[in-house]
Formats: sequence, C-alpha cells, structure tokens
Amino acid sequence: MAAATTAPLKTRDFVSDLDVRWCPGCGDYSILKNIQKVMPELGVPKENVVFVSGIGCSSRFPYYMNTFGFHTIHGRAPAFATGIRASRPDLSVWVVTGDGDGLSIGGNHLIHTIRRNLNMQILLFNNRVYGLTKGQYSPTSREGMRSKSSPQGSIDHPIDPIALALAAGATFVARTIDVDAPHLQATLHRAHAHEGTSFIEILQNCPVYNDNEWLELEDRKTRVSAALALEHGEPLVFGPKGDRKGIRIHDGVPSIISLGDGDDPVSHGVATHNEAHHSASYAFALASLARPEFPLPIGVIRAVEKPTYEAMLQAQVDDALEARGPGDLKALLHSGDTWTVE
Amino acid sequence: MAQPKKPIKKVEHVAQPEKPADQLEPAALPKKQVKQVEHVAIRFAGDSGDGMQLTGTKFTESTALAGNDLSTFPDFPAEIRAPAGSLAGVSGFQIHFSSEDIRTPADEPDVLVALNPAALHANIADLRAGGMVIINSDAFTGKNLERAGYDGDPLPELVDRYRVVEIPLTALNREALKDLKLSTRDKDRCKNFFTLGLMFWLYNRPIDSTVRWLETKFRGDVLEANKRVLKAGMHFGETTELFPASFTVPKAKIQPGTYRNITGNQALAWGIIAAGVQLGRPIFLGAYPITPASDILHELARYRDFGVKTFQAEDEIAAASASIGAAFAGQLAVTTTSGPGLLLKQEAIGLAVMTELPLVVVDVQRAGPSTGMPTKTEQADLLAALYGRNSDSPMPVLAPCTPGDCFAIMIEAFQLAVKYMTPVTVLSDGYLANSSEPWLIPDVDSLPRTEVRYREDPENFLPYERDAETLARPWAIPGTKGLEHRIGGLESEENTGTVSYLPENHERMVQLRAEKVARITQDIPPTEVNGADHGELLVIGWGGTYGAISSAVNEAREDGLDVSSVHLRHLNPFPSDLGEILSRFRQVLVPELNAGQLRRLLRAEFLVPAESLSKVQGQPFKVHEIRTRIEQMLSAGS
Repeated sequence: MAAATTAPLKTRDFVSDLDVRWCPGCGDYSILKNIQKVMPELGVPKENVVFVSGIGCSSRFPYYMNTFGFHTIHGRAPAFATGIRASRPDLSVWVVTGDGDGLSIGGNHLIHTIRRNLNMQILLFNNRVYGLTKGQYSPTSREGMRSKSSPQGSIDHPIDPIALALAAGATFVARTIDVDAPHLQATLHRAHAHEGTSFIEILQNCPVYNDNEWLELEDRKTRVSAALALEHGEPLVFGPKGDRKGIRIHDGVPSIISLGDGDDPVSHGVATHNEAHHSASYAFALASLARPEFPLPIGVIRAVEKPTYEAMLQAQVDDALEARGPGDLKALLHSGDTWTVE
Repeated sequence: MAQPKKPIKKVEHVAQPEKPADQLEPAALPKKQVKQVEHVAIRFAGDSGDGMQLTGTKFTESTALAGNDLSTFPDFPAEIRAPAGSLAGVSGFQIHFSSEDIRTPADEPDVLVALNPAALHANIADLRAGGMVIINSDAFTGKNLERAGYDGDPLPELVDRYRVVEIPLTALNREALKDLKLSTRDKDRCKNFFTLGLMFWLYNRPIDSTVRWLETKFRGDVLEANKRVLKAGMHFGETTELFPASFTVPKAKIQPGTYRNITGNQALAWGIIAAGVQLGRPIFLGAYPITPASDILHELARYRDFGVKTFQAEDEIAAASASIGAAFAGQLAVTTTSGPGLLLKQEAIGLAVMTELPLVVVDVQRAGPSTGMPTKTEQADLLAALYGRNSDSPMPVLAPCTPGDCFAIMIEAFQLAVKYMTPVTVLSDGYLANSSEPWLIPDVDSLPRTEVRYREDPENFLPYERDAETLARPWAIPGTKGLEHRIGGLESEENTGTVSYLPENHERMVQLRAEKVARITQDIPPTEVNGADHGELLVIGWGGTYGAISSAVNEAREDGLDVSSVHLRHLNPFPSDLGEILSRFRQVLVPELNAGQLRRLLRAEFLVPAESLSKVQGQPFKVHEIRTRIEQMLSAGS
C-alpha cells in the first residue's frame, strides 16, 4: 500500500477530468464543490478514498471525484460499500445516494448497513423527487405532490430519513443543506471523524422537477425561523430577534414556547441539545420536528459510540489466528477421520 | 385424513429379545456366521425428527473407515418438523458401499430400515425384491398406520416379497436405559443409535468413530445413554435369532492414498479456502441463508484462521453486491446461493460482467421454479446462469461432477476469475451438496498455484487496457497510488474506461466481453471420452449426473453395446474439441435433471440432433433409467 502523499493535497487534486453533467442550478454542484474542498483537509491520501454510489442523479457523483469510485446498481451502494470496508478497513469509504436510491429500492441495504455500524459516510441527497427518470414522486415526496406518476397527487405517506436511520440504530445522524457551505463542510468533517456509520441527509434542490422544495431552509433570511440549528450543549432555540422561540420536550413530545429576548431558555424549560444522549428517544423527538408546524433540525442529531462491524470481524480473525495459528491447508484436509489405502 | 374403510388391526410383535439388552455382555464376540458380500445399499428412513440423517452420516463415516467405496444420498423434507408420523415428514438416507468402484447410491436399496409406518409406506416400493425390511414394530400402532395412509396392517403382504424383520426398537431402547434419570422422551430420542448399533453389527462396522463423536458432542447421562444403546443395538444383533448371520464387505481396491469422507458442500467450502491459500489472497464470502447452500456459509464461518471473512448479508442482492465490492477492493470474492437467490443476484452479477471484476458465484441448484422443492435436486439453472441477465452478458459456467470434484472446481473457478477478470458461475446441485463419497485427499504441494497480480505501476495506466492473451483488464485496487479511477455499470470506452455512449464503442465492448470469455477454451484440457472415441451413441452430461451416466454407460459397454460418454465440467465456453467429438457419433443422448437445457445448447451450438433424457422429479437419475434409454436408442438406431 502506498504511503501518505508528501505534498499536501489541494481541492483540484480531487477534481476528475470528466465534465459534470447535472442540470444547471442543481444542488449537487454545491455539494460536489464542498466535498472536493473538504477532502484535502481530512488528511487521507486520495488513493485510499473510495466513493460508491447506486443509480440516480446523485449517483453520478463518483465520476467527478478523482479518487477510486464505483458507480454500482440501483439502491445497492451500501452493500457494495460494506464489502469494500469489511475487507479493507484501511480505506475511507463514502456512499452517495438519493431519496429514491437509498430509501426506496435500496431501503433494505441502508438500514442493515447502518445497524452494522461499518465505518463509512452515507450521504443521502434528498430532493424529494425522482430526477433521472424525469420527475416521478419519491418516498420522501409530500403527500399530494403532483408529478408525472401522480397527476392527481401522491397518495404515499412519506418516510423520514432521519427517523429511519435512528430506528436502524445509527450512531451518527445529521442533516445539512446543499447551499450552506460552512455547515455542510463542518458536518462532513464531523462525519469523517466519527468511528462508525455516519448518516447525513443533505437537503438538495432539484431545479427541474421539484424546484424550491427546501427554499425556506436554503434562503438565509427564512432559515432563521424554518431551521432549528443544533449545537451540542446549547438550548433548542430558533427564530429572529424579537420572535425567539424554544423547543420543550415533555414525555418525549416536543412543543414550542415563545421566549423574550432576555429570557434564559433553559430555565423556561427549553431542552438542551445532547447529541450523545444515552437514549435514542431524544433524537427521535428531534426527528419528529417537521415543517410547517416546527422548525426543521439542522446539524448533528445523534453521535454515539458503538463498535464497528469491520473491527469486530477483524478481531475474530485475529482471535482465531492467536488461538489456532495461521490456517494450515494440509492439516485441514486431513482433519477428523481419515484412512489410508495401501 | 380420510377414515380408513377397514378397521385397523393392532400389529402384534413377533420378535422379543432373548434377554434385556442392558444385561448383555459388552465384550460378546461375534459367534454367528459372517457372510461376505461385495456391495450393499441400505436406506435408513424415519420421521424427520428421528435423526435419520445423523444415523446415516455416522454409518457412512464408519463405512468409510472400514475401507469401502461408498456413495450416499440423503433425501429429506424441507419442513424441519413435519407432523409426526406423516408421509410428508419422512426423512431418508441411503448409503451404497462396496468392495469395488461405485459411483451412485444404487437404484434399489437391499435393506430398508423403517422406523415408522410412514417411512415404510414412502420407501418400500424402492426396495429390491427379496430385500430386507427392518421395522420398529413399536411404531406400528393403529394411529401411526392411519397417519401413514395404510388401511390395515401392511406387513403380512410384504412377507411374500421381502424378508421382514420386526423389532420392538422403542421397548428395547427404553429397557436398555431404564436405570438412567432421563425422561422417556429423551430416552426415545436415542433409539436411532440403538438402530445404528444394530446395523453396525449386521455389517461388521467399527463403532469407534461414532463413540468418539458422541464423546465430543454430549456429556453426562445423554452421553451414557447414547453409548449404551449403540452397544445394546450391537449386542441385540448378536444374540437375537432374527439375524442368523452378519455380513462383511471387503475393503475396496481403490487408488492408494489417504482418504476421507466428504460431502459436496464441504468439499466446495474447502475448495474456497484452498483457493485463498493457492492464490495467496484473502477470501471474502457474501451469502444469505438458503437451502441447500447454507452449509457452505456455515463451514467457511469456522475458518477465520485462514483469514476468511464471511458476511451474512441482509439478502441475496446484498450478498452478491458486498462480494463484488470486496472484489473491487482486491479480495477473492465469492457468493453462494441456490436458484431463487441466483435470480436476485443477477443484476449485480451483470455489473461484475460490465466492470470486469473477478467474482465466483456458486449456485447449488434445487428443484424449481420459484421456491419449488428446496431440499430436492435439479439441474435446471443452466440457462439462467448463461442467459439470465439483461443484454449480452457472457460469463463462464463450470459444474463439478462428484462431491469431491467440488473442491477442485472452486480452485479452477477462482483461477479463471482472476486470470480473465470475470465473474464465474459454478453450478453444483442439491444431490452433490449433501451426498458423500470417499475422497482421495489431494497432495497440497501439487495443487495448482497462481500468482495474483494487482496493477501497481501508474505509468500509462488505463483501467480497461487489455492483456493480449486473455483480454483481461488490470486489477487496480483502491489504496494504490496513482491508479485512482472510476468504474461502473455505464458502458465504458475501450481502454480508458470513461463513460461512453458511442455506438461503435458499445458494439466493440460487447464483442470484447464475449471474446474474453470465449478465450477461456485455451485453459480447458482436452475432453475425455469414456469408451471408444467414435461410434453409434454418445451420452453427454454435466454436473451431478456423472455417477449415474458413467455407471450406465460402463455397464452397457461391458455388455457389448456401442456407447461412450462425455461429462462436461465446462458449460461456457464449451471445450474447443467438443464439436469434433460430437461429430464422431451417429446419435447423441443428453440425460439431464431438467427439461433439456444442455440438449438445447448443444443443438444450437453444434447443429447435432441431440436427444434429451429428461427427469424432473427432484431425484437423481437411477442407473437403469439411463441404461434403458441407451438400449432403446441403440436398438432403434441399428
């Protein structure tokens, strides 16, 4: 295996020579740029980085990264990534998926990869629509969404990616926004530093088939009220000056209380964000916060420690080697009952 | 179940032991006459909870150690515990052992051990006329007879055709254990070992290996009980007047060397381990439990000391996908399954074809379509393996022909996969998977060894540049500096691997993928023809039918018939000399456990008027079925 590169890498080192072919104005451009910006800062030699994707607009991502990349089949990227990471824990593995790829056809692989807690980053670009197949409603589309396949409005109840990841036992769950560069970059750093599966929902705009789906969160002016910015150890407050509000969680059920500008939120019963809470119930309460009744939590929702699959798998190999020594094929073939014919 | 028309008569036990089994002298030496026979086939049959598979396996191990050639056929229901005493719940295990070379579990057993009326009912038609039936008379109650679908006592009618030996096995077994503090239920669970002990005596088999196994498996009263009834069964055989003599089968005159008994699934798993050793790279197995392939996963999960990483995936698709991911990362990757799982994996396998990654896919075929008959054998996935993916998606297909061959074929499959950078399918089947034979343990030093090379040099690196001889692209794995590149399911430009929609490029790549697989013929040894290399009739088969076909052809040749046989281990590509061989015979017969799939391929490829002998009953061929068809074709053709 090659040693770490000597010269520090730059953003351009991670840019492949392929022309990027997303639609003009697609949120994926911003995400790509931010990831290419963050990559050199992670200190991982680029030959040790693998991007894995399934099928969909988001899944073209690996072609644009000058790292190792594997554009696989629809919905299965987490399973391919599992094989890579389980067999090669020295690699930095990144899965790029979307709401259709990851939550519909690939829902099974997403939950099982998360529950095994392989150390990888799963970036789910959520634009609430099927873009590559030209505009059908997706598993995260709002009820009633009119699309090519739902001219009278979608009658599917949507799934929430964050709640799903939590239910699968995710050890790192975060939500960020395609155009919020500093937050996106900080989230990527956190995810990479986390030992285990890091699941990030990235709210992403599809300008062609579902434009402005996240406008109130992407727009800085409205974001103040529409988003609940999560900071570990800080109270759950949102809203502009003069209209500050806080989230109280009582018996696991969140509610909104108004705060005066000088009020101490905590003494008014506002919950303090604890991403490492021992119980996932708190994170589930955050996941239940949905527009338009509540602000949408943005940031790290949960971050806890659990052993990774690949570490435990390698430990079993090491234990077997220690107990029995390296496997001896001849001894294996002659183990148990044998007999000799003269 | 419908009410029987006639009232059921209570079966009367005719045999009683001379004295309680536990009072017998343990060291009693055989005093009865010992008769020598050359070969015997025994079928053990009982309820699926009676331990028939274990009984058969232990008898087999002992028979192997006695030096006989043997072939076994376990045949059991898919239900773990079907209703007790029902026909659906009958589990059987047939073993054929001999002083000569044998290749099948025998068409007809000489001895049927039936632990209940259902086992008798389900199996008696197969017994050789004049054969011996040993029954547990305690189980022949009115209720059990009714459950087995008998209107009355079947035994009186059997006496004319067979030698019927009625033994109150349940009572004898309980008597032997009367002073142990086990529940009656637990005691009754030992009666298969009483039966085993009796059969050990009847065929003069050594009991040591079974005793050793019991000592590793059980403790305390359960160990004591099983050992005791095993010996009690032997002593019962020696003292009862029901058996005037015991039998012995001399050691087989087979190739010198060290042997072990092995099933196809075990050989296949060990072949995977051996491939890892011989190719010098770590094994990654992605699998999802499925009958009859799960044993391969179980077996490999035990060998982490060989660096084997097994991954029990959430489904068949993930099992294949994770394996392909591991192959991309430089592992010797394999995914194991059976028919329904193969179909689920096909899209992922297509990606391995497209990205030209080495992957071995094992399909232990079972009767289908759909769920079919999971524990029953069939060879009907051949066309699915060849053509079951979208578009032109060529892939090599290999098939082992005996349980032991499952070992060799896995090493070959991995060698081809890495040499040609292609997924390879291995088609085993339910019969090969579970049946066993004595296996001449290969000399590890003489096993094929292949050096696996990853691309390391970044100079002029092109992901799809091809080797001139094999057309393989380089295996450039993550972690190698300067080789960063992207692969995927989109069509790639020749050499560069860049995504390409150019019409001529796509056509060229389709041709290259096909040509690469076709070039594997250069690695296939010349085809062996069993018998004359030309003549009237060629019988050609593949996979687990080898034993039945070669036995039938050899018998027919001994009787002077003009017939030869070829058994294919390579289904894609075919050996390069196959067309020429086919042309030297006037007639071609293709026996298959499917509706004629290889027959269809041979006709399409070589324009020969091949005829099909099709059997789709979930059961392997019997020798006489093939023999009869050979005779028909030869008499019609002459």
